[in-house]
Amino acid sequence: MEQTLEVQAPVGSGEYLTYTLGQEEYGIDILKVQEIRGWERPTRIAQAPPFLLGVINLRGVIVPIVDMRIKFNLGEPSYDQFTVVIILNIGRRVVGMVVDGVSDVIQLGSDNLRPPPEFSSTLDTRYILGLGTVGERMIIVVDIERLMSSQEMALMDAAESLA
Amino acid sequence: MNIDRSQLYQVFFEEAAEHLANMERLLLALDVEAPALEDLNAIFRAAHSIKGGSGIFDFTDMIEVTHILETLLDRVRKGELALVPEMVDAFLAAGDVLKAQLAHHQGGEAVDEAQVRDICERLTRLSNSGTQTASQPVRYWVECSLAPEIAADATSVGHLLDALADLASCEIEQRPSADQPRLALWATTAHGEAALREALSFYALPEDILVRAGGPETAYGLFAEQDPQAAQTDEPGYGLFEQAPTVPTSAGGNEAAGYGFFDDMPGVPAAQGQIPAVTEGDGFGFFADAPGVPPAAPTLTEAATQRAAPQVPSPSHGRRASDDPSVGTVRTGRRETDKVAFSATAEVSSIRVSVEKVDQLINLVGELVITQAMLAQSASHLDPVAAERLLAGIDLLARNTRDLQESVMSIRMLPMSMIFSRFPRVVRDLAGKLGKQVELKTIGEATELDKGLIEKLTDPITHLVRNSLDHGIETPEKRVAAGKSPKGTLTLKAAHQGGNIVIEVMDDGAGLDRDKILAKARERGLAVHEGMSDQEVWQLIYAPGFSTADKVTDVSGRGVGMDVVKKNIEGLGGRVEIESSPGFGTRTIITLPLTLAILDGMSVGVGGETYIVPLSLVVESLQPRPEDIKTIAGEGRVVVIRGEYLPLIPLAEVFNLTGAVRDPARGILMVIEAEGRRAALFVDELLGQHQVVIKSLESNYRKVEGVSGATIMGDGRVALILDIAAVTRMGLNINRNTYGRQAA
Repeated sequence: MEQTLEVQAPVGSGEYLTYTLGQEEYGIDILKVQEIRGWERPTRIAQAPPFLLGVINLRGVIVPIVDMRIKFNLGEPSYDQFTVVIILNIGRRVVGMVVDGVSDVIQLGSDNLRPPPEFSSTLDTRYILGLGTVGERMIIVVDIERLMSSQEMALMDAAESLA
Repeated sequence: MNIDRSQLYQVFFEEAAEHLANMERLLLALDVEAPALEDLNAIFRAAHSIKGGSGIFDFTDMIEVTHILETLLDRVRKGELALVPEMVDAFLAAGDVLKAQLAHHQGGEAVDEAQVRDICERLTRLSNSGTQTASQPVRYWVECSLAPEIAADATSVGHLLDALADLASCEIEQRPSADQPRLALWATTAHGEAALREALSFYALPEDILVRAGGPETAYGLFAEQDPQAAQTDEPGYGLFEQAPTVPTSAGGNEAAGYGFFDDMPGVPAAQGQIPAVTEGDGFGFFADAPGVPPAAPTLTEAATQRAAPQVPSPSHGRRASDDPSVGTVRTGRRETDKVAFSATAEVSSIRVSVEKVDQLINLVGELVITQAMLAQSASHLDPVAAERLLAGIDLLARNTRDLQESVMSIRMLPMSMIFSRFPRVVRDLAGKLGKQVELKTIGEATELDKGLIEKLTDPITHLVRNSLDHGIETPEKRVAAGKSPKGTLTLKAAHQGGNIVIEVMDDGAGLDRDKILAKARERGLAVHEGMSDQEVWQLIYAPGFSTADKVTDVSGRGVGMDVVKKNIEGLGGRVEIESSPGFGTRTIITLPLTLAILDGMSVGVGGETYIVPLSLVVESLQPRPEDIKTIAGEGRVVVIRGEYLPLIPLAEVFNLTGAVRDPARGILMVIEAEGRRAALFVDELLGQHQVVIKSLESNYRKVEGVSGATIMGDGRVALILDIAAVTRMGLNINRNTYGRQAA
């Protein structure tokens, strides 16, 4: 019983928070989202990759902030009062992610979630759980936990990274 | 069964470790000449509890060692053997072996088998040597099956019994005959087990012979406690035993039933129990039902005998006494008393909580403090008259939060005795090895310190103690020649001083030898001169690889140690000082901040960013004149400060910051000292001095080179705390590569 649940959970039906990066719309598991915040200038960290903007103080916790627009070359990075930061809970870590905008929360069942195509322009298919369709919109459902803990993101020390 | 075994294991490991520590403490405090019975009992109980626990989890190796340990301890506490220093050593060594075995079961390295065997042999030998030399006769249960042809021959049996009678006074329980070749008797002798076995060896195969010290032991124990005089003379004991044969004369069938009964009794010889552990094991199965009740099985028998003695007219020994129904109640009574006494002393006053939970609590309180500060700030511009009650409430909140924070932080605080308690053993072992007489004094054991600090302080203090013992305190002859008492004194002292904790390691030995250190330093090519102050000379011993020991011993003298001590302490944000006076001794003073969570820092601005430099590493700050900055080919830029050339470390370049001041003469130079090297850190401006709360970068991000942590400034922004040692290393390379090459 538990086995089947575990297998189904990632692709099964659930609620997803959708956000936009450039022209594309992405969805992430709502349970990974801790909160959504406005922009505040982070403290820069030396020798960090360009998409790592720095760290902020989130009620006493030091949280790194990554800009997905820089990471995936999507959209023009601009920082103003409309910039949105999604605070994610990945494993036991807290990470902030800058996106162009947050759209809404959608329900996606396994029937309207299709496997990802073999090719993908910006995002490695390893991190895509599937493509969801809601009306006319196509939503790329991302395995945010896997993406954030990958070596590519360089958010963790090598030993801790999953992939 | 849905019991989480791993959790039970954990409890056992923790408890066993506690028992071992307790045992060691008691052993070290034990007065060999006149050991207190209470202490001996406590040591015995500790060993016994470990054995009981090991039994439950099937750690046979530990059972084996504890069993032998227990046997010897039992004899000592019953006064059968006199305690000798050798035994204390053996007990301590056995404790070490048990610790190693425990670590092994927790996933550590395998224990050296030879060591285990060695200690078992040592204990057995001690326990047996006592048997042979003991002047008191011991009563043995002797049993063997004879070859049928011997058993059938009445003369042979007669010879055998005569031989035994020469050795011991015998009470024959069964005389062998043609149809029953078994011999069973009680023999009371001062000659020991081996002699009895030898006498029998002519008539039976060695493996068929069972000789075991039995019931009378308890009887003697009883007399020894009630009337020491009675134990000296054997008469009262014999008087009792002589009444015994009434039962043993019964028929063979009866005997068998009798034996069945004996089998259940721990400490009483069993018919088939060649290996004592078998019967003992049964006993443990029984006691294991009652967790938290660790009284020793033999203690019960003893207690039973004691209480039963007045009621039962002819108690020959333990088994007869427990036959009486009244004893059953005595036993349970005793068990309950033990339980109550045990819990009253240890369990009620504390609970076990994982450090994680405490840390979570501390974090939550930290958030509360920030929220409270935020509230206070937003309320500050309210009209004090209109919002009087709100403001009063906020004041109260501030006070309560502060109290709460203090209490929560105090959970993590542990007394210094956590560190100090290990030294009596270290000092004892080392002093013995070095042939020195040392008395250890500890002052301020109750001084509390953060748990994290306690853990990291143990190694440095151990180094210092070993150093004092090896180099500081002289041999008794030298001490007497110098007019001092032959016994040296080593003092460990801890005290709070302002926001710091001060730990001193003090000896009354020879003191540091200034000339020797200077000579050694010259030999090693260190820059020294005669005019150096004592303080400066003492600092030399922190140089890596520095040792004035004439020869390398396994205790110290290899020159690793003092530099490690200094590095560790500085890593914790503390400092080490030495005071020494020839002929009077040396004092090493360690000063540490109270917690690892708070740091005194200087905030500096570089290229629009703010960084924190730990204040303890800052020597001075200055604005250099342009002519003080020089460039040396291959080395890069240096600054001359009062004749000293210090490499210049441009912080902006270490961290790739744009928009920083490029000309050192327009910025500020901060002279820092890390890992024994001085350098000048070039920053844009000094912002101020703060006490900052250290936050980890790694909990949500990763380790960043040159940064040891982060903190939150008054305005809510994050500032990074510099790892000065790493920044210096990185900066020296940049300095060398960029400016050194330009000059060349």
